[in-house]
Amino acid sequence: MRIHSRVLLWSSVLFAALVCTILVSARVGPVSIDTGTVVRATINTLAYPSGVSLESTRAGLWGYGLDVPVPDLAYTRPFSLSVDSSDQVIVQELRLPRILLGAIVGFALATAGAVMQGFFRNPMADPSIIGVSSGAAVGAVAVIAFPIAIPFGLQTAAFVGALVAAFGVYLVATEGGRTPVATLLLAGLAIQTFLGAVISYILLYTGDSLEEAILWLMGHLRWSSWGDVEATLPLTAAVFVVLLAYARDLNVMLLGEEDAKTLGIDVEWTKRILLAGASIITAAGVAVAGIIGFVGLIIPHIMRLLVGPDHRILLPTSALAGATFLVAADTIARAGPAEVPVGIVTAAVGAPFFLFLLRKREVHAL
Amino acid sequence: MNGEHGPARDETVVTVENLSHSYGDVSVLDGVDLTVEPGEFVALVGPNGAGKTTLLRSINGILDPDEGEVVLDGTPVGDLSSKAVSRQVATVPQDSHVGFSFTTEQIVEMGRTPHQSRLDWGTDSEPIERALERTATVQFRDRPVDDLSGGERQRVLLARALAQEPSVLVLDEPTASLDINHQIQVLGLVADLVSEGKTAIAAIHDLDLAARFCDRLLLLSDGEIRARGSPESVLTGDALATAFGTTTAVTQNPATGTPTVAAFDERSPVAGRVHVAGGGVSGRRAIRTLWQAGFDLSAGPLPEGDRAVELAAALACPTVTAPPFEPIDDRHRDAAMELAHEADVIVVTDGPGGEAVPETADHSARIRAALGGHSSVGRQPATALGDGGRSPAAGEASADQTVTSVEALLAAVRDCLDSG
Repeated sequence: MRIHSRVLLWSSVLFAALVCTILVSARVGPVSIDTGTVVRATINTLAYPSGVSLESTRAGLWGYGLDVPVPDLAYTRPFSLSVDSSDQVIVQELRLPRILLGAIVGFALATAGAVMQGFFRNPMADPSIIGVSSGAAVGAVAVIAFPIAIPFGLQTAAFVGALVAAFGVYLVATEGGRTPVATLLLAGLAIQTFLGAVISYILLYTGDSLEEAILWLMGHLRWSSWGDVEATLPLTAAVFVVLLAYARDLNVMLLGEEDAKTLGIDVEWTKRILLAGASIITAAGVAVAGIIGFVGLIIPHIMRLLVGPDHRILLPTSALAGATFLVAADTIARAGPAEVPVGIVTAAVGAPFFLFLLRKREVHAL
Repeated sequence: MNGEHGPARDETVVTVENLSHSYGDVSVLDGVDLTVEPGEFVALVGPNGAGKTTLLRSINGILDPDEGEVVLDGTPVGDLSSKAVSRQVATVPQDSHVGFSFTTEQIVEMGRTPHQSRLDWGTDSEPIERALERTATVQFRDRPVDDLSGGERQRVLLARALAQEPSVLVLDEPTASLDINHQIQVLGLVADLVSEGKTAIAAIHDLDLAARFCDRLLLLSDGEIRARGSPESVLTGDALATAFGTTTAVTQNPATGTPTVAAFDERSPVAGRVHVAGGGVSGRRAIRTLWQAGFDLSAGPLPEGDRAVELAAALACPTVTAPPFEPIDDRHRDAAMELAHEADVIVVTDGPGGEAVPETADHSARIRAALGGHSSVGRQPATALGDGGRSPAAGEASADQTVTSVEALLAAVRDCLDSG
């Protein structure tokens, strides 16, 4: 009972914080909108899926290609409170998708960070450690540099690139059905370095779209759309549930693989699930928002100070705190006269705070 | 509970059949057989690399052996899921580095893992409380295990194992890094659990501790069982020499009444047989010094119960003992003299029994020794008597010598042998 009520309590508090942050964030922008209007416009935006249709999307290379059918959801909006129509458009079409996508990406990155730190028993671990971010970057930069047309374009390429890189690292590090964690770490490092070279090489040929590529690599939420939200939300939620189901196994894995085996854990299988889950959830986030650093590293550390090391409570609280943090950081990123990529804000805010914790000896080792 | 226990006692809990395993080309276990009865505390002893840990890792199902099998209550371990094995066998590791500062209670709770389904986050509080109380870890249930001392942490790991509610406990060097007080605390606790019905198999480095707490010892070396049985029957000079490749003296620890083993550095035997007559401190020191120097020894007469007798027995020297606290009769004296005649040198000490050696010269060189230091108060100062005429040189060398230190004793013995 104790663990249940603690999870519930912490999650409720953090969820409330997230909702508040979202509402405040929706007020901020070139046009300032008061909270009441934001709340009404948000309620008007609430929708449930009411039908599916298939739409064709052109897929191919250099003008050659074929039409690929892609499912498209139709939504019904049950509420229509009175809101000024321009405010409604600003909140519904410009701000909410971006804020929600930020929340989902922050949720995903912090979850993956908590899992990776536990998995590697290493405080430096973050979602990019097994090459997911570098793989995504190769896919994204390739699409920006070369005229490749695939459904959802850049996002698909980044997502696939991320998973291919992570799977490649896994294959390299696995021998005879066993994947030693240290080998995985080193293989991840080597493949990251190699993919870094590939990215740099592609960047030489991006020409006019160099700025777009650079912005993507810095992490941004500028081009967020409801489509991105639709794609990432179910995937992130589903993977999160699986990872949460393995939270207790992850706790036991922290005792060391040998001890975990004597407690009845199927260690290699659990490692595969955790790696796959963390990779997919990171790939989903990176594909839509580029490489946003530090969320996956510092949020789990901070939450571990507050709630302790038990992953049953650490995973949900880190996820919600990560969502709140990224929404807040993106609000800062777009609040100034010139928008900056959110990755710059998370690193600029996160790194000093992390150093502060480090100096206070709050964060030292696992 | 008792009703179930009665018939189960007759069953074998753990059977190891013809177990062999190699790491690469290196064979670590070679045809090991072992049967452990319920309610037994079995210690695996032997040198590093003997295969103790590999045997334990086969029993708890971590390792899949190359040949042979381990059977738990009638079912081969290989046929059981790791979860099913861990409901029957709980493992206490040497020392766990636990990351992320879990509390004692959280660690013990992890012992419930094999009993719970993945989505069951309930905390089976009853077995956890029992385990915390049984191991006296309940007072630091909310403290991070990283803050605990080594002995306390070992008890937490034992509590985690108890929370698994296993019938068999497997312990891999549970006391290797502990202070002596914690060593006996942990092993005493395990022994208590065994007397309450658990079965325990432990690799224990310290032979004395193994002998003190375990019912049965299994001496392993080079992947084979060299001896098995009660501590007294396993801890013998011969078996230990085979297993460890060094000489040992096994005596009875006066405080615990269990065997205690002292190992000696490589002893290179030298030519020469020395007989020591008379016990006490002098006799004991003379025997130890001469034995370590590599001489072939015999002893007697020595009073029964004298500490020199214990040492002579531990070093496997032929010894004649006589009833204590009374003059030594002719029969015992003659028997001792028979041994003495075969020796090249006789050392007569100022300890009990020494006075029985006749003053008449025989063909052996003779040295008197008083090695007790201040403890020989009241005794006549010893003099070294010359050889009875075989060699004048020897007689001169040892004449009128008073041997009062072990160095002088060794020098005198070597002189006698050189000239003889």
